[in-house]
Amino acid sequence: MKITDQIVEKHGLKKEEFEKIKNLLKREPNLLELGIFSAMWNEHCSYKSSRLHLKNLPTKGKQVIQGPGENAGVIDIGDNDAIVFKIESHNHPSFIEPYQGAATGVGGILRDVFTMGARPIALLNSIHFGSPNHFKTKSLLNGVVSGIGGYGNCIGIPTVAGETKFDESYNENILVNAMAVGHADKDKIFYSKAKGVNKSVVYVGSKTGRDGIHGASMASAEFDDNSDEKKPTVQVGDPFTEKLLMEACLELMKDNSIISIQDMGAAGLTSSSVEMASKGSLGIELELEKVPCREENMTPYEMMLSESQERMLIILNDGREKDAKKIFDKWDLDFVVIGKTTNSNNLTLKYNNKVEGEIPIDALASEAPVYDRKWVRKKISKTKIDLKKLKKINIEDALIKIISSPNHSNKSWITNQFDQMVMSDTALKSGSDGAIIRIHNKDKAIAVSVDSSANYCKSHPITGGKQIVCENWRNLVSVGATPLAITNCLNFGNPENEKIMGEFAECLEGIKEACEFLNYPVVSGNVSFYNGTNKKNINPTPVIGGVGLIKNLSKPMNLKFKKDNSVILLVGKTFGHLEQSCFLRENYSIIDGMPPEVNLLNEKNNGENVLKLVHDNLVLSMHDVSSGGLIVALSEMSIASNYGVKINKPKKLTNLLEYFFGEDQSRYVLEIDPKNQLKVEKILNENNIYFENIGFTQKDYFEIEGELKTNVKDLFKTNNEWYNIY
Amino acid sequence: MKSSVIVFPGSNCDRDIAVALEKMQFKNQMVWHKETKLPKSDLIVVPGGFSYGDYLRSGAIAGKSLIIDEVINAANKGCLVLGICNGFQILTETGLLKGTLLRNKNLKFINKDIKIKVTNNNTKFTNKYQKAQILKINIAHNEGNFFTDPNHLKELKQKDLIAFEYCDENGEVNESSNPNGSLENIAGIYNDKKNILGMMPHPERMVDSLVSNKDGVNLFLSLLN
Repeated sequence: MKITDQIVEKHGLKKEEFEKIKNLLKREPNLLELGIFSAMWNEHCSYKSSRLHLKNLPTKGKQVIQGPGENAGVIDIGDNDAIVFKIESHNHPSFIEPYQGAATGVGGILRDVFTMGARPIALLNSIHFGSPNHFKTKSLLNGVVSGIGGYGNCIGIPTVAGETKFDESYNENILVNAMAVGHADKDKIFYSKAKGVNKSVVYVGSKTGRDGIHGASMASAEFDDNSDEKKPTVQVGDPFTEKLLMEACLELMKDNSIISIQDMGAAGLTSSSVEMASKGSLGIELELEKVPCREENMTPYEMMLSESQERMLIILNDGREKDAKKIFDKWDLDFVVIGKTTNSNNLTLKYNNKVEGEIPIDALASEAPVYDRKWVRKKISKTKIDLKKLKKINIEDALIKIISSPNHSNKSWITNQFDQMVMSDTALKSGSDGAIIRIHNKDKAIAVSVDSSANYCKSHPITGGKQIVCENWRNLVSVGATPLAITNCLNFGNPENEKIMGEFAECLEGIKEACEFLNYPVVSGNVSFYNGTNKKNINPTPVIGGVGLIKNLSKPMNLKFKKDNSVILLVGKTFGHLEQSCFLRENYSIIDGMPPEVNLLNEKNNGENVLKLVHDNLVLSMHDVSSGGLIVALSEMSIASNYGVKINKPKKLTNLLEYFFGEDQSRYVLEIDPKNQLKVEKILNENNIYFENIGFTQKDYFEIEGELKTNVKDLFKTNNEWYNIY
Repeated sequence: MKSSVIVFPGSNCDRDIAVALEKMQFKNQMVWHKETKLPKSDLIVVPGGFSYGDYLRSGAIAGKSLIIDEVINAANKGCLVLGICNGFQILTETGLLKGTLLRNKNLKFINKDIKIKVTNNNTKFTNKYQKAQILKINIAHNEGNFFTDPNHLKELKQKDLIAFEYCDENGEVNESSNPNGSLENIAGIYNDKKNILGMMPHPERMVDSLVSNKDGVNLFLSLLN
């Protein structure tokens, strides 16, 4: 078959990329080979537009065992315990087929974690939908939430935290990011690097079908009006098989059978075999007639490009095949030796002894294109909002508008559809700043959180990038954890557009700066470009997933007020920054100006000192101040606990709206027992931490001196309405 | 006391119940579904999860698995059997318990802490609870909507075979305290001889105040009593 321009284009390859392929092969590829190049060279697998920027991120630290480049990142939490985690996007499939798209997103990220020898212990998600008024939003929300739940609930890993946001920029391109966290013994971590020639390459798990062919290429293109036609490229998940595969793999990992292991994710058999060979500087030869197939007459092309789920490729030590097969037989899973490692440095594909394709591994991996795409810096918006020019609004109405809005409403409609308790180690469920998961059979725990701030990133990507790292860091501090490392999921529009590429480059600058300053390295991640439809791009939405350590989990910290008559301290300075705030967005539909400034020094000092107070048992409850400002933070603490507050009028700042709704960073609300007040104030003063004593907790009423007095129960009702009436 | 936890492919609360049993000093062992002989046990637990992926119908395939005949034999000889969540569904599929579990009324998976009332505290499973004691307990299921025919319902009431009912914090059993649409708020039932208990809520999740509370502890202590 002659490869025409049209066939090349259909494979998502540019003309010049096709020329490069011919040069590398020194001949024309056949269709199978072209398919394999397209699978390896697409944006999703090759990171061709992002790689130059990603390499600037800090990825090292004392706590890091494995940084980016493996199936997932690995960090050290002491006592031979390691935490393995990663976040990944499944945006495009979820828009086309929300249930399966979201479900297989969860399945894929779980495999990345247990591939490394870790038992998954927590799932998180960050999901962004279009405007609630958009006709697709409701069914997408329903489908995605039940897909996430359907997979996690069935496999029995608790879904413990997440964020759900609505904005019209996602109307035609939702975001579904799933994060998985696992626990492994530090000395029992498995990698994907192949070692040794003539070792058995084993296929385990589900059979291969025709689902998901070219899924990764689909995920590397913008949508147009015919996106529904792409439905057959979406994979179908089977959490039951994944559960069996997980148990079988973890059982096999108990002894020394495995040399290397890699899950078949995007670009299936192609990327898994190429990655293993590439990392080990080896060749790999596959006999494709041995691949277990679900459908009849599958061609080598279809087998190599299928993205059927719940499959793994394993390279075994000599003589271990029989024992390994026993384990997979026990779990009723396929186990077939389909090839071997070679010293040819080629990917060699045979079908019934005939060579159907042969490509140098380097051509697929290290020779894949890397683009230094043009990008431009974002113009700084000088808009200052003058409240006097806006229609007058009182504090109570503004607060109600915010806490009843889709973005701030209580999300138990969503979280109640996720099993948060299975495995019985969830010490703090979603609804606080982060979730806390105890390490099984131990006194220590990890805290996890996922965060994004697309509006901030849109208006000023550097500040936005910094802010999300800080917000994530702050969320872990707020549940009493020492933040250790992050994974990031970078969701952006079309990188061939220099403004979009600029958003990407500048967000990464911000992320880098904050991660370096906070010693908060990036250990894994994923880039998702081409999020947009018909040239309309999404807001830049980097999502940060963080993991922190709680050395001794005696009392999980959360945001619920514990009693009345406690002192409420506000740590961190309030300037009253309203531009890009939730207050202006929800009450005036104004999205303008710069996001609040991020001062990394204050962030670090405030966080570390607050953490010290928690460790000294001086804090009853705590919450960080973020979207919506101080008053929303206080209302969330009240709503969660049913205790009210009595807040004094601020002495310095005269404009109350700025004071209560400003989104200045690095701030925490602390509930302190009066008997510890002097001690706490002394510690904060000694460490030059700015704080204000803003009032105290009380029964029943949420009150601001002379301005507002409302029943906490009413706030609760207001906050819990939206999802149930939507 | 010797306990056996039956493990099916897709069971996922098997570890949780094993941890709880061992914490309560049961001598526990895990029994794989392909076994054909059950070790000597005083208590058999059929745990929660998604046995066989819930394919065909929740619990249907597990109800026909190799080990299940042994469970039925032991139960008929009077061995104590506890089915939790998917385990309850499996027990109804085997016929050891009558009735069935339908899809939740709101057609969604529900995971939350709810309240149940100990309706009958005069059994092997509940003797350490007070009568009408209110427990805060976690549910996590898609098909927990208990249903049965009028004759069986009458029998359940007359013979005091209702183990737990969903209620509110004051113990009121009404529609607003019914999370899943179960007939008369029934959360758990016994067989005639009261040696078999099937329940949708998860007592094994309520044995540790660091992650939840200890409202499930007395169920295990009752069994040891």
